[in-house]
Amino acid sequence: MNQFQYVRPAQVPGATKAITNGANTQFLAGGTNLIDLMKMGVVAPEKLVDINNLPLKKIEGNAGGISIGALASNTEVAEHPLIKANYPLLALAINAGASPQLRNMATVGGNLMQRTRCPYFFDTAMPCNKRMPGSGCGALEGYNRMHALFGASDKCIAVNPSDMNVALTALDATVHVSGVKGKRAIKISDFHRLPGQHPELDNTLQKGELITSVDLPASPFNKNVHYLKVRDRTSYAFALVSAAVALNIENNTIQGARLAMGGVAHKPWRLTETEAFLKGKPVSLDVFKQAAQIAMQGAKAYEHNKFKLTLAPNTLLQALKTASGLKA
Amino acid sequence: MSGKKPCIPAESEDLLHGNRRDFLKKTSFLTAMALTPGTVVKAAEEQWDEKIAGVFEKVSLHIDVNGVKHTLSVEPRVTLLDLLREQLKLTGTKKGCDRGQCGACTVHVNGVRVNSCLSLAVTNEGKKITTIEGLANGNELHPMQEAFIEHDGFQCGYCTSGQIMSAVACINEGHAGSEAEIREYMSGNICRCGAYPNIVNAIQAVKQGGQS
Repeated sequence: MNQFQYVRPAQVPGATKAITNGANTQFLAGGTNLIDLMKMGVVAPEKLVDINNLPLKKIEGNAGGISIGALASNTEVAEHPLIKANYPLLALAINAGASPQLRNMATVGGNLMQRTRCPYFFDTAMPCNKRMPGSGCGALEGYNRMHALFGASDKCIAVNPSDMNVALTALDATVHVSGVKGKRAIKISDFHRLPGQHPELDNTLQKGELITSVDLPASPFNKNVHYLKVRDRTSYAFALVSAAVALNIENNTIQGARLAMGGVAHKPWRLTETEAFLKGKPVSLDVFKQAAQIAMQGAKAYEHNKFKLTLAPNTLLQALKTASGLKA
Repeated sequence: MSGKKPCIPAESEDLLHGNRRDFLKKTSFLTAMALTPGTVVKAAEEQWDEKIAGVFEKVSLHIDVNGVKHTLSVEPRVTLLDLLREQLKLTGTKKGCDRGQCGACTVHVNGVRVNSCLSLAVTNEGKKITTIEGLANGNELHPMQEAFIEHDGFQCGYCTSGQIMSAVACINEGHAGSEAEIREYMSGNICRCGAYPNIVNAIQAVKQGGQS
């Protein structure tokens, strides 16, 4: 690992200032992704700003919703009584990711910032526009079994690897950030980017901006929810495809639906058209099958991930059935 | 499993390796300067010398390992795993993948299990670390250590320290309610010998015995 400067500020302004002063500086929280990338030589920051002493660990209920401090660990969020009671989808998604050890270390802010697991991004001998803009995309014509179905570009077909992000997207989270120019709130749907011509940019954060909290609005989706993750082994693997489903069902009628898929795009893939289709429909296998087909509109597969064209709608269908309690 | 060992202080480690390390530092510094002569001028103009020195600086670290308090001086890039093994000579914690994928390096930080390979030592300032060496009570093995022997929870033994540290945490966290739950919450510890059924048996035995 390259040598680097190390600073440990105690307050948010000190942390954001430390970033903007440095050429190649990064925040360090749980380190589960960043330290790995530094060992692999994928990133080589000249300076690390250790933010673990910042007062950003609280999880607290607010007017109708909840505010999750950016430094709350994944385990703390998944085990929190308010999250388990009001946002069970988030707990399910977090517990589907990584291992207990990693969830104890990884933070909510860090999980939002998690880099792709595309093997071409990790292998510094390979071309990758995300790691080295202009070098080309190794996955486009290479081994692309894990890659995107939606919203990819000719520059990058990588996917966002997070499970937590998929649930946060379905639950309409807001990401609060603080920078030297002040504070702002970013809707989760605007936080992560599609690759376009600039796959090196994973998200819409400006230089020096620090995630301080993730807020969730009051949610009626505390009962009929499911997070289904399909992967190469039963546990501790990244998703081939995942589906986050939250339904508000009254008298067997779907009053509202929130749906997102993981493992299929450069950002968590919200299914707004499918949500609109489901609203007002009865809970039935036929309705869910139609929904799963609508969700796949615009999907484009590559040489090795064609199986995802079948796996993705099946995953969503199964998650809809489980969330609604439909036995068929 | 051996009991607590006396730890070699950081200074003696530096005495052993100081010359080589100093040489590497100086040569990498000089190489950097030789490659980019313009930076020398610029560094002088913008007073970068302090920042460059910052890169080579060691950071003080106060850390409690298995009940022994240490005041150490470490480079920021040293992981908790390397600190334990190389500087404190506590080699019970194993380096497997060194990437957070295998769990062999699992230790407890303030009672919580983590992958020590992905934790920079300096981020553990003021924390209490428990390694496999700190689990036994003198010559009396921890119940999980006894159970791993009793149930043959290993073959080659390389993953065992991590498995045991993880297993103790698994019960403490309340995630050992069933075989399925144990398997899910032990999935961060890989055993290439495939001792999984016996590991699950050992954890269930400790759980049923009410010890952890």
